[in-house]
Amino acid sequence: MKYIDEYRNFKLADKLSRRIHKLVDGDSRNYNFMEVCGTHTNTFFKFGLRSLLPKNIQLISGPGCPVCVTDTSYIDNSIRLAGLKDIIITTFGDMMQVPGSHSSLYEERAKGCDIRIVYSSLDALEIAGHNPSREIVFLAVGFETTAPTIGIAILEAKRRNIKNFFIYSAHKLIPPALKQLSEDSDICIDGFILPAHVSAIIGRDAYDFLKEFNIPAVIAGFEPLDMLQGIAMLLNQLKHGKPKIEIQYDRVVKRKGNKKAQDILKKVFAVSDAEWRGLGNIPRSGLKLRRQFRNFDAENYFKIKSPRPPLKDKKSCLCGEILKGKNVPEDCRLFARVCTPENPKGPCMVSSEGSCSIYYKYKT
Amino acid sequence: MSIEGDTMSKILLAHGSGGRLTHDFIEKVILKKYGNPTLKRLTDSAILRLEKTKYLAFTTDSFVVNPIVFKGGDIGKLAVCGTINDLAVCGALPLYISCALIIEEGLEELTLAKILDSMAAEAKSSGVEIVTGDTKVVERGNADKLFINTSGIGAVKYNKILSVNNIKIGDRIVINGPIADHGMSVLLARKELGFKSEIRSDCAALHRLILTVLKKCSNVKFMRDPTRGGLATTMNEIVSRMPFGVRLFEEKIPLNESTKAACELLGLDPLYIGNEGKVIMVLPEREADKAVGIMKKSNLGRRAAIIGEVTKDFKEKVIIRTSVGGERIVDMLSKEALPRIC
Repeated sequence: MKYIDEYRNFKLADKLSRRIHKLVDGDSRNYNFMEVCGTHTNTFFKFGLRSLLPKNIQLISGPGCPVCVTDTSYIDNSIRLAGLKDIIITTFGDMMQVPGSHSSLYEERAKGCDIRIVYSSLDALEIAGHNPSREIVFLAVGFETTAPTIGIAILEAKRRNIKNFFIYSAHKLIPPALKQLSEDSDICIDGFILPAHVSAIIGRDAYDFLKEFNIPAVIAGFEPLDMLQGIAMLLNQLKHGKPKIEIQYDRVVKRKGNKKAQDILKKVFAVSDAEWRGLGNIPRSGLKLRRQFRNFDAENYFKIKSPRPPLKDKKSCLCGEILKGKNVPEDCRLFARVCTPENPKGPCMVSSEGSCSIYYKYKT
Repeated sequence: MSIEGDTMSKILLAHGSGGRLTHDFIEKVILKKYGNPTLKRLTDSAILRLEKTKYLAFTTDSFVVNPIVFKGGDIGKLAVCGTINDLAVCGALPLYISCALIIEEGLEELTLAKILDSMAAEAKSSGVEIVTGDTKVVERGNADKLFINTSGIGAVKYNKILSVNNIKIGDRIVINGPIADHGMSVLLARKELGFKSEIRSDCAALHRLILTVLKKCSNVKFMRDPTRGGLATTMNEIVSRMPFGVRLFEEKIPLNESTKAACELLGLDPLYIGNEGKVIMVLPEREADKAVGIMKKSNLGRRAAIIGEVTKDFKEKVIIRTSVGGERIVDMLSKEALPRIC
């Protein structure tokens, strides 16, 4: 079992598609399901799943794209750090072309700043080990999926007594953002397709707060068959039973999640308020390094300050509304005219998991 | 030569200065490896005779691959094969190649020798001659070990002009084998990713395969080798400003398991990864099966397949029918293929 082709089987996809069509057969109403995670958005478009679903099922993209919800001042601060003497900035690839107020990491690299793409924070730690006279800052952007790996890098740095490794944390937590979306009366969501790998870490029970809102929810995997089955499960819940939180991705996700990863998060990070681009400030939705690890905290070491009030996007950029599911990319005046992958105006166009980027790339 | 240590085995600036070291390099290295009568004359231009040739094909390319050695090839083999293929896809028999080297000061002589041997071996087995060239050496840091520029001349053999304007609704798209091997091989050879793989570049000279097909299929409309930007970019180039579109079938596109797995792991789409031993042919439906049959007789075409069709259903677009039966647009590569965060 190689976990790729098995979940892209044409016959099974056809069967699931027919089941979904049968479930909504004769319905005049629309179904709006929010898929929270950018990877779900990507799967949905990459495999052309829209063409397999009935027209009255709409998928709305949510704020589960870590690059998209990173605010402008973080990019500006990262660029400032990149310009300091003897600094090496290490980052995941997606961050490179996100526009800050005046520039991007990609442009700064072309001007001569030492900015390197890494696949893992442990790679950044290795760079620190090989460059003792330089200071290495890792841009820690992500949700609960990647935060434990950065926690491991911090623990390893402490164990090896590495003094020139820092992280600049923009980590965010999914459940508080979901709670805020559920409380927003402007948004009409009939069900949540919950993120697969965040859920692998935090577990199904972390979403129990959704019961208060009576919104059906399914934790679905990232393969096309996973998503189709997840949609069928949501429809079943709506038609036949009380809304609940189900696990479709049971080959990976458990009720209590990954305890080891959760322990690392608790050990290394403390929960804090966080600024989400497009959603505003969400209390207790971010992660900061605990005091005993402040030596690795770039904000502390380099005295980084964020502007108050936070910087706002250009008025015409609809990324914020798109992240909340209130608009689709085509509603934005800038989309595909002024804002393109070659010349992105907002983060949703830059990130490969951003709604605008995906709509643009796979547009019908 | 050198004053201290091991620098005797490294390329020096003087090797490119035009003086004694340059002459030694040409006489003792270049001529020894490539020595054909034309090159041996060491004139400023190669004088070439082309018998019974109405049209010449002429191409140029520069090779800056990093790293310069990877599984399945190196920058030298790439340079020769790339130039041969650019001539072959225009229906020409490749004959002569030029080779200009820009070497970074400090490159090991042994490494350079291996690259030059690789070029010589590929040229010999492909039946082309390297007839003229140049050598420059730049200061350390001003070139990434080695850059190679080649130009190539070939005699056009196909009696029809190959052009996108020949393409008609109903034509088929044929490829000679699996995609994305070259780009993934090079990426994994950079050793930053920390995992080993057996993926080998598909770098190969395709002229014999192509000319065999052209001899037996008289209606080939257009050919291209899908290098940078991959299959997706080549298909988009074909449909650009055309009154037709291309529908690809994901299940039909050959892809090696290890390449597929590496792409999945790294969040890369194989449609956009470069190839160096692949040719796309567009030809009528009635000749497509024949072309695939001919290709399959060659080592370079064992997994040849019809992977798509030219359609009137939409214009100027490439659409792929995915493995699960959905359809989506395949756009031109718009930026570097950056991996996803999670």
